[in-house]
Amino acid sequence: MLETTIRNKLAQKDILLMTHIVIGYPNLDTSFEVVRTMVEAGVDLMELQIPFSEPMADGSVILKANQDALATGITVDQCFDFAQQVARDYQIPFLFMTYYNILFKYGVEAFAERMAECGLCGAIVPDLPPEEADEYLAAMNRHGLAPIFIFAPNTGETRMRQIAAHGSGFIYCMARKGVTGLQTDFSQQLGGHLAHCRAATELPLALGFGVKDHDDVQFIKGKADIAVVGSEAIRVLDSQGVAAVGDLIRSLR
Amino acid sequence: MDKRGYFSGFGGCFIPEILTQTFEELVQAYEAAKADPGFWQEYLDVMSTYSCRPTPLTFAGNLTNHFGGARIYIKREDLNHTGAHKANNVMGQGLLVKRMGKTRVIAETGAGQHGVATATMAARMGFDCTIYMGEEDVERQRPNVFWMERLGATVVSVRDGSRTLKDAINEAFRDWVSNMDTTHYVLGTACGPHPFPEMVAWFQSIIGTEARKQILEREGRLPRRVYACVGGGSNAMGLFSGFMDDPVELVGVEAGGKGLDSGLHAARLSSRDASIGVAQGYKTYFLQDGDGQMRDTHSISAGLDYVGVSPILAHLQAIGRARFEAATDAEVLEAVTLTMRKEGLIPALESSHAFAQAFKEAPTLAKDDIVIINQSGRGDKDIFTVADAFDDPAWKAFIQHKAEQYHA
Ligand SMILES: Cc1ncc(COP(=O)(O)O)c(C=O)c1O
Repeated sequence: MLETTIRNKLAQKDILLMTHIVIGYPNLDTSFEVVRTMVEAGVDLMELQIPFSEPMADGSVILKANQDALATGITVDQCFDFAQQVARDYQIPFLFMTYYNILFKYGVEAFAERMAECGLCGAIVPDLPPEEADEYLAAMNRHGLAPIFIFAPNTGETRMRQIAAHGSGFIYCMARKGVTGLQTDFSQQLGGHLAHCRAATELPLALGFGVKDHDDVQFIKGKADIAVVGSEAIRVLDSQGVAAVGDLIRSLR
Repeated sequence: MDKRGYFSGFGGCFIPEILTQTFEELVQAYEAAKADPGFWQEYLDVMSTYSCRPTPLTFAGNLTNHFGGARIYIKREDLNHTGAHKANNVMGQGLLVKRMGKTRVIAETGAGQHGVATATMAARMGFDCTIYMGEEDVERQRPNVFWMERLGATVVSVRDGSRTLKDAINEAFRDWVSNMDTTHYVLGTACGPHPFPEMVAWFQSIIGTEARKQILEREGRLPRRVYACVGGGSNAMGLFSGFMDDPVELVGVEAGGKGLDSGLHAARLSSRDASIGVAQGYKTYFLQDGDGQMRDTHSISAGLDYVGVSPILAHLQAIGRARFEAATDAEVLEAVTLTMRKEGLIPALESSHAFAQAFKEAPTLAKDDIVIINQSGRGDKDIFTVADAFDDPAWKAFIQHKAEQYHA
């Protein structure tokens, strides 16, 4: 389902944009504003991160956003309500991004059921490798949701094929090692890596980690299908406010 | 794709994809080392020539008389090089790092003992070394920060989250996912993703193996109970593994902080406040809220001030093989004072939790019962905390005088 939506969009655009927000950072009202601004600026998909106290795969920008959001007292319940509202208001696919403990504590089946009720399309759970994901995969499948898995720069071809067999919607390719928010070198080597990713799966490819401007997105065109902007949007929000986030998005393609 | 490293459903390996290859290599190196008798011999050689193994088993005659119950023995892990059991794990992993051909090590530390041990290993084996330590722990274990830096390690003070051990672990993982080609993460306790719980327990098993042999030599029979404090669970796993197949009761003692009803503690297995979750790469009991957000923990001892606990200990509790209790900050200060005055031993505040629980139980046991307490480390590092707890006037005057000298 998510894959079909992506393919339809790809028939009209040479690259799609996926943006990321941390729900409740710096507060829920601003999060609504940011989603509205991003959708109006033309983003094609959005990742909504449910804050977690131990965001191990995130770098300093998103780590701080997680902590600040939690400090406002935001709950998982409120995150569901938020997702339901934006999914009702805007006609683009929304995904949850969070860490596995949030699903595990809620109950994986109940979590997936509520995701579907809220109109979400899928989830990215970076600390849940396919080996540990039986219950999650079954629940996501049952509710027609896309489990998005990750290809890392050091993932070998055999493993890529195994991972892709479990995923749906698209594959999230990391542009480099490390955590979110650091500098990425958009080099020939990265182009080669994306070619390997392409050969290993039929699923659309998203590229994230360090994507921040027009040049980066131009580089990605033709090599992947979706450019993912995460930390940079938070940086712009912090330094220049919500309207500037819209300018950033419009400048990318 | 198989599930690995499960103990009664606890454990596992919940890692981001970027670390998959690194963990495959680590599991391979660990399994090859386990299958190679030469490796363990090399390990024993290092531990007996660089550290102080076998560490003695000390009969505590005065404490035994004082309580009038079981005969109390103390396993002296404080006599390891750097003053704690942490050296056992660190030197073992150091030998593995050599085999894997890596050139840099990183570690988290709470009490600073694991950090100091890692810094000595890195200096001796020629590795670059970075240690992550929560800001609160930097403050309360300052002497160890000094030694790590003198030993050539970079100490990074972690200001995120609760600024204690769990936050240092997160930060070490963030370093590792960038630098795993050159770097090994020397995890300091029997927690984290597979193979760490099992591997750290293996290196620490040297404690229990020695203790069992020593008590049989001295007394000709096994102890009734053995006691160890539980932070992440490595010294407890080390002692327990020597007695796993014996009719010996295994008692783990967690940080009761200001009391189990106060909410200010780090008791995961001995309180009702913890629930099963998945964080820091493994499944176990965590002190967390209903949403799965980790709570702040409290303990007078930095080394026990942690939200999770070894999945192998969670398993031993689940199958009824081990019992878990908690000792409060106040009980711990009383225990360390008594141990100093009666035996002239200075246990670390972490270790003193095991002493406190053994002291509660010793009077109820028969005179021919034997108990062993694991003195996981020495208390020198706690000089500031203990001085504050007793509001030591002479020490305060000295610090003030020293500060004036620096101002001059
Ligand atoms: C002396 C000492 N004992 C015990 C611990 C707790 O760790 P574990 O439960 O892994 O033995 C520490 C940790 O820093 C320590 O320094």
